[in-house]
Amino acid sequence: MPGKLKVKIVAGRHLPVMDRASDLTDAFVEVKFGNTTFKTDVYLKSLNPQWNSEWFKFEVDDEDLQDEPLQITVLDHDTYSANDAIGKVYIDIDPLLYSEAATVISGWFPIYDTIHGIRGEINVIVKVDLFNDLNRFRQSSCGVKFFCTTSIPKCYRAVIIHGFVEELVVNEDPEYQWIDRIRTPRASNEARQRLISLMSGELQRKIGLKVLEMRGNAVVGYLQCFDLEGESGLVVRAIGTACTLDKLSSPAAFLPACNSPSKEMKEIPFNEDPNPNTHSSGPSTPLKNQTYSFSPSKSYSRQSSSSDTDLSLTPKTGMGSGSAGKEGGPFKALLRQQTQSALEQREFPFFTLTAFPPGFLVHVGGVVSARSVKLLDRIHNPDEPETRDAWWAEIRQEIKSHAKALGCHAVVGYSESTSICEEVCILSASGTAAVLNPRFLQDGTVEGCLEQRLEENLPVGCGFCHIPYDELNMPFPAHLTYCYNCRKQKVPDVLFTTIDLPTDAAVVGKGCLIQARLCRLKKKAQAEANATAISNLLPFMEYEVHTQLMNKLKLKGMNALFGLRIQITVGENMLMGLASATGVYLAALPTPGGIQIAGKTPNDGSYEQHISHMQKKINDTIAKNKELYEINPPEISEEVIGSPIPEPRQRSRLLRSQSESSDEVIELDLSHGKKDAFVLEIDDTDAMEDVHSLLTDVPPPSGFYSCNTEIMPGINNWTSEIQMFTSVRVIRLSSLNLTNQALNKNFNDLCENLLKSLYFKLRSMIPCCLCHVNFTVSLPEDELIQVTVTAVAITFDKNQALQTIKTHVEKSLQRASTDNEELLQFPLELCSDSLPPHPFPPAKEHLESASSNSGIPAAQRATSVDYSSFADRCSSWIELIKLKAQTIRRGSIKTTVTVEKASPVAEGNFRNRSAPPCANSTVGVVKMTPLSFIPGAKITKYLGIINMFFIRETTSLREEGGVSGFLHAFIAEVFAMVRAHVAALGGNAVVSYIMKQCVFMENPNKNQAQCLINVSGDAVVFVRESDLEVISTQQPTANCQPLCTGGEVTT
Amino acid sequence: MTNELDIFVGNTTLIDEDVYRLWLDGYSVSDAVARRVRSGILEQTGATAAVLQSDTMDHYRTFHMLERLLHAPPKLLHQLIFQIPPSRQALLIERYYAFDEAFVREVLGKKLSKGTKKDLDDISTKTGITLKSCRRQFDNFKRVFKVVEEMRGSLVDNIQQHFLLSDRLSRDYAAIVFFANNRFETGKKKLQYLSFGDFAFCAELMIQNWTLGAVGEAPTNPDSQVDDMDVDLDKEFLQDLKELKVLVADKDLLDLHKSLVCTALRGKLSVFSEMEANFKPPASGAEDRTPRIPAPQNLSRGLVNVAAKLIHNKDVRDLFVDLIEKFVEPCRSDHWPLNDVRLFLNQYSASVHSLDGFRHQTLWDRYMGTLRGCLLRLYHD
Repeated sequence: MPGKLKVKIVAGRHLPVMDRASDLTDAFVEVKFGNTTFKTDVYLKSLNPQWNSEWFKFEVDDEDLQDEPLQITVLDHDTYSANDAIGKVYIDIDPLLYSEAATVISGWFPIYDTIHGIRGEINVIVKVDLFNDLNRFRQSSCGVKFFCTTSIPKCYRAVIIHGFVEELVVNEDPEYQWIDRIRTPRASNEARQRLISLMSGELQRKIGLKVLEMRGNAVVGYLQCFDLEGESGLVVRAIGTACTLDKLSSPAAFLPACNSPSKEMKEIPFNEDPNPNTHSSGPSTPLKNQTYSFSPSKSYSRQSSSSDTDLSLTPKTGMGSGSAGKEGGPFKALLRQQTQSALEQREFPFFTLTAFPPGFLVHVGGVVSARSVKLLDRIHNPDEPETRDAWWAEIRQEIKSHAKALGCHAVVGYSESTSICEEVCILSASGTAAVLNPRFLQDGTVEGCLEQRLEENLPVGCGFCHIPYDELNMPFPAHLTYCYNCRKQKVPDVLFTTIDLPTDAAVVGKGCLIQARLCRLKKKAQAEANATAISNLLPFMEYEVHTQLMNKLKLKGMNALFGLRIQITVGENMLMGLASATGVYLAALPTPGGIQIAGKTPNDGSYEQHISHMQKKINDTIAKNKELYEINPPEISEEVIGSPIPEPRQRSRLLRSQSESSDEVIELDLSHGKKDAFVLEIDDTDAMEDVHSLLTDVPPPSGFYSCNTEIMPGINNWTSEIQMFTSVRVIRLSSLNLTNQALNKNFNDLCENLLKSLYFKLRSMIPCCLCHVNFTVSLPEDELIQVTVTAVAITFDKNQALQTIKTHVEKSLQRASTDNEELLQFPLELCSDSLPPHPFPPAKEHLESASSNSGIPAAQRATSVDYSSFADRCSSWIELIKLKAQTIRRGSIKTTVTVEKASPVAEGNFRNRSAPPCANSTVGVVKMTPLSFIPGAKITKYLGIINMFFIRETTSLREEGGVSGFLHAFIAEVFAMVRAHVAALGGNAVVSYIMKQCVFMENPNKNQAQCLINVSGDAVVFVRESDLEVISTQQPTANCQPLCTGGEVTT
Repeated sequence: MTNELDIFVGNTTLIDEDVYRLWLDGYSVSDAVARRVRSGILEQTGATAAVLQSDTMDHYRTFHMLERLLHAPPKLLHQLIFQIPPSRQALLIERYYAFDEAFVREVLGKKLSKGTKKDLDDISTKTGITLKSCRRQFDNFKRVFKVVEEMRGSLVDNIQQHFLLSDRLSRDYAAIVFFANNRFETGKKKLQYLSFGDFAFCAELMIQNWTLGAVGEAPTNPDSQVDDMDVDLDKEFLQDLKELKVLVADKDLLDLHKSLVCTALRGKLSVFSEMEANFKPPASGAEDRTPRIPAPQNLSRGLVNVAAKLIHNKDVRDLFVDLIEKFVEPCRSDHWPLNDVRLFLNQYSASVHSLDGFRHQTLWDRYMGTLRGCLLRLYHD
């Protein structure tokens, strides 16, 4: 009996009229936890009942405390017939179980009904008395803190970052149980909500246990997802990064784990495998994999994989040192070994973090991703979810091997997702291969001297760009140059990552949101045929998505992508691909070349003219973009760059690779020095379309910027005015003209129009930036495309922005000039044309390999990763770049670098927004943001994770304003419930807010619709920086809620 | 490609004041879009018509959802669904309860019933205000009326408390409720020149002095146990007003009153002779020097007679008609400047205190104090 839960029902207000005769309600409340139920008295004839109940006490295990939600049901008493339910409130009491989080939950909660929506509010007080439990074999993990934030939470310090934790639980979906045929929609929805709430609780508890085993005390970057697999069940899965965190306010309080010997680390249950080099450490239940492979579960696996590099790079220990420059070499090697030893103890050296403590991230290799197509079948035994476990283990294994191929030991910014249509499921995982500083990964073993030297040697702001792989033995063709920042080490010409821009990165100008959008029609098919069709389409899609991203990046005059997220969505008759990322110009990377168009039939005069016209347009766009995003990198004198490389051996080797290219364009290229350009061959209408679509992307109106990362490079003077929003659009395609082209255009228009609408709606916030723009695509029906966008608009101070830009540029200019003498610029690039042109294996072979894969026991297969990844290697980034070598030749055109200062942003004040706040509101303002911070404020306390799942259904769609009215109201209600829960915890904001799922189904003919929404985030208390001093002088522990209600005027 | 569904939900509910106005004015989405296009917003922002359409739809949907809450403004403050900064909440409420001058003049003093509601079609045609907007304004009047009708205490305070309106708007609503309750006639052709402001001004004076609520504070009736009601006229007071008749019935009193007024005003009034002539019937002395007036008037008799009749509901309703006919029109036809009217009314009211034989000084002050204010306000072109 390790815990006592106490609940008091205070009052209700704004209740609905339940008795038509009196226009009043006789309300009472049922409080249920586990199997125990208490009731309040009936408060007769009132819409604002004052129950003021006694304290209802539940004596429960802490295991139950973690799993079960507190369920509060408000009912209308009826003497003669059954009591009518008004609605429910589910309260997750998890935040009360950490010592440092909330101590009491108290406040007004919206009473929610899945059919009627919010029906009044109820005031509840919840407390928990926890008794210390010394039982070592306990099943609970009370006290482990969870954070959705994908960086170390602001008021904590990371002592150790332990690594990846994952878990999944499965169950039957109540919606598909036989009983659903006889029960009401309300009962069914409530059963589902309750089940998912239970499952999330269980999942969180299990993850917590793993963290405790790893001697951690927190999970950061916790991402929990639901897979609604329909008939085959319901999967709740979560990933996160286990950490040992130390609260900053108590500097002396070192946790025991911090000083524990490294021996303890080895006791981590994951690391049972004595041989770190084998890939065979399967899922935690290795024996069961055997059974899995023979089970009738049809597994269609089309694994995309990095490349053949797995072969060439298997001796991974050796590969690191070669690439290093002169000085960095031995360090890198040492570091690599250290890190490796730290990481190889882990089955999956993955980190869900996207932002890191300074010095953590040493090098970034590039994006690694893997996808696999599976056929779902019923989950037979919910207690043994090994099938799903095995699927994910496979994918993770693959990601790991990709990272190795890139000379990296770890994957950061890691995330997993699924897309399900009928019985086909695409599992996707992606991340960024990286080399990490071992200091944070284990304790005490890496001692100061190395680190210090490391820090001295690693140049600030460019270190992470330096290639981690062996330059002479590169996993993929890239054009390496010496770093433009430190001039000592090699950098690639472009860098793609899934992480946020490191805070110390040297960036020129501002960033911008870059999206690649793509649709592919697919024949309707069943089961295996369908899975095969999808498998065959995937590599083509990934290739095109990548091409689009690359072209758009060039068009923007930028050289790196951060926060890359590629979503492939499967529908009945099509596949959609949507990639979003934030393009930036990294000062360390070379200036991107332009894009050159080459026609196929040079004799035709008018065609030539057309081509040159297009070329001009593209050049103009690039120039315009450079101006728009203030990309005016320091003009590094050509002669400096052109200086020869002093290492003859390297040079010759590189020259050799150069000479292999036989293309004339390349020869020309050489004459022009370093500036490279893409050549787009317009050989058919498709390509023409592509070029057109490149040019149709409209830049945001002046005063607007957008990015999908946390922070916008080049803007750092945010004001406190923020507006988080969700926008949903569904379009119906006319089935007549369903060609790929029409589809692409429709999809492109949909996204562009959506963005335009956002800019228009938020115009009163100019100058502003849309941050963390998160697009989600789903295909709810044959001809429907649904796009959901969540983002936050933040206003910034324009004048300061320009200043910082200037100083930044000056600084980097200075740096460039000081480095001039020892500049070792590498004039030639590795040429890509010489690479093997076998990107797409024939579909048949492909299929064979896929099917054969499914037959191999998982453990075995893991060892034969090389084989399986050979089968279809074209879908990883690495491979794509190789592909590009075929179609996109590098030519050169002289791109003029505009040095002039960017024109000041147009004045965009459409209305004054300085209305004085009235003081008569009783509802405290709760801010919501997908970011991990609140501009102009300091987060003083994390109150716990918010993870809520709601279902809303209607049988009177028209009366509720049609689909738009229905969903608009529902999303507003979800926001309201999130805010109410945060306020009840004593918080005034949700950070790292994310709407993970928004599944909308309609049946207009029946006047019905249903929607499921899953949101999560971290409830926090923040204090305005301006108020901080006042507070600290008065009372440090003061709840800052009243302070924040004053200043919020968000128009 | 058609948008099946298109929504935008902000954590802070976005309110576009211009769209709100269009919505309040009762324009359909397409009309509103057309008007916004004409306002030049597309050129300003570089947006497309489709964007505007989507934006307008969104706002309309939000307003539609907010409307339920606006019907009981305190709910808007306490609700959790829409996070709206207080200043914006105030703006939403204030604008929602704002009304058009043209509309209020049509329904002022009318019973706020279904019957009147049926006439909204005609009012809409006549005033050019959309029927939707007419309905909203009418329903607002009716809603406020219903809530405060039976309530004790200050009418303005009650309205302010239950509808969270600004002081100015609460006062206007008090006037509307007061007029609706007493059914004052305001629609006659003679009264057309009067604005809502004129009537609201009169209503405020009457509420302050002539209602049951006013009695509570009156020193004459400290023991009054009647309800503190601002909506109904004080019946007792109306009954007592009959006593004032003596001022015109008693010839001596009348002559004395006249001479007092005339003496005080001689030389100060540009229209002295007209005043003197009109003070009492021509039969009683002064010759008729104003042939333009069809029937010889008697200002004093008129004012006193109005008072004496107020006991009848019918005459209460016609109060403003009577005031115009008996006082404003005669003066206007003689081209009295406003200042002369003021001097006259001040003197006329004050002189009564010097009439030794007159016992109803307090009653007179309560009556005339208010009436003087009203008449001065009503006296314009």
